[in-house]
Amino acid sequence: MALESPSLTDRFKLGLEAPICLTWELTYACNLACVHCLSSSGRRDPRELSTSEAKALIDEMAELKIFYVNIGGGEPMIRSDFFEIIDHCVDRGVGVKFSTNGTRLDAEKAERLAKSDYVDVQISLDGADAVTNDAVRGEGSYDAAIQAMENLVAANFGQFKISVVMTRHNIPQLDAFEALADHYGAQLRLTRLRPSGRGADTWDELHPTAGQQRELYDWLITRTNVLTGDSFFHLSAFGDALDGLNLCGAGRVVCLIDPVGDVYACPFVIHDEFLAGNVRDPGAFTSVWRDSDLFRSLREPSSAGACASCGSYDACQGGCMAAKFFTGIPLDGPDPECVYGHGETAMAKVAVELRPGPSVDHSARVPVRLGVSS
Amino acid sequence: MDQVTASTEETVEENSDVVEDLLVEEVSIDGMCGVY
Amino acid sequence: MPASSPDVVTDFDLDQAWRKHPQVALREEAFGALAYHYGNRRLIFLKSPELVVVVRDLENYPSARAALDALIPVDAHGSYERALARLVESEVICGA
Repeated sequence: MALESPSLTDRFKLGLEAPICLTWELTYACNLACVHCLSSSGRRDPRELSTSEAKALIDEMAELKIFYVNIGGGEPMIRSDFFEIIDHCVDRGVGVKFSTNGTRLDAEKAERLAKSDYVDVQISLDGADAVTNDAVRGEGSYDAAIQAMENLVAANFGQFKISVVMTRHNIPQLDAFEALADHYGAQLRLTRLRPSGRGADTWDELHPTAGQQRELYDWLITRTNVLTGDSFFHLSAFGDALDGLNLCGAGRVVCLIDPVGDVYACPFVIHDEFLAGNVRDPGAFTSVWRDSDLFRSLREPSSAGACASCGSYDACQGGCMAAKFFTGIPLDGPDPECVYGHGETAMAKVAVELRPGPSVDHSARVPVRLGVSS
Repeated sequence: MDQVTASTEETVEENSDVVEDLLVEEVSIDGMCGVY
Repeated sequence: MPASSPDVVTDFDLDQAWRKHPQVALREEAFGALAYHYGNRRLIFLKSPELVVVVRDLENYPSARAALDALIPVDAHGSYERALARLVESEVICGA
């Protein structure tokens, strides 16, 4: 007997009762000033959610049966209530995966993290050596990240992740990243650079070349143990699909809650155009997720638009909404890094100065010097 | 003759994949276009 | 989409007692449920409401066979047996 069954992808496109992957940026404060920061972080926003507001939000996540939350920032460990927040998540049955630059992950914190079965850690690193990494993340940041890894190993934390944003300068280091991850028993995660946040200013020089995209795809397709956060599904047009969902989950499967409680479709579209509501509004997060105009419209079936005649549309789904938005390409147009070059053609039609600018910018006003980690 | 047999076996395998996928599917949950 | 190749299903013991794994949380959706295993971090999609009922109620039956007999039309038993085998592999269900 045949059961009627749309694919998982089709079902996810129509939305879910609660996100599967919720990203929660705890603070815009950061002690680094990475040139490509998707959240333009640096300065704390005075309207940040308080500790009790954060706990109430966690209680709501537990009621929604959100299985785990991805915590980041800015640098989340800068918040003085960081452990209070993650302990509350674990107490309420919400798993925690958090991302850090490692500067605050000293031996004592590593021991504390090692005690929990439900807290996963990801260390950000954008170069396999200090020269490459620090060019993007700042002087001393490579050493701080490595030290954090050493601390996790010494504390018997177990497996953690190393997360890399792929750029023109580190694609030649794929094997070196793999070796580094193997050395620490860590899982490697490679993610896509989007022209979001401060990334908008540096994307043209930093994003991989067309040839490098092919190189990355060829490397990834043979590495089933390397994670990608589903960020390279536009490369599936090259051939076999990469592991993962291969669709844009913004507003459908994922969303972002920012430090002041604003809810965006995803972490790469911190912009008024993709602002769905605020957790401080009546109905809190639940009604934003289920009833906001923005998310309802993202859950409508969409057309292939300009990509309708392309045989690869089923594989690439038109690519990344954030990448299109910030390069000025219409959302039903090709991804700026379309493997066939259609994105370059589309970008050429939009003057660079007409690309959308950020609505929100918490960048530090003076350059940050990392110095000795505290 | 061999070709016909081979393609029949393949069809049977594909059908059971399809049937299994109708009820249970594993979801890749690495970030799903999140950062973390 | 590439999926891990399904294990051969002949190993699933219909006559054994099974139950939902204690570390698995179920969240119902319109078309079934999401099952998340807090231990191995795997997320599994149960694509029919009937399968969700089976997973929840499994521990109340002396065997998987008895559960299917009570809950699922006979002509679907083959599909559900294969589904249960996959759920063993992903640790959504375990021996009771």
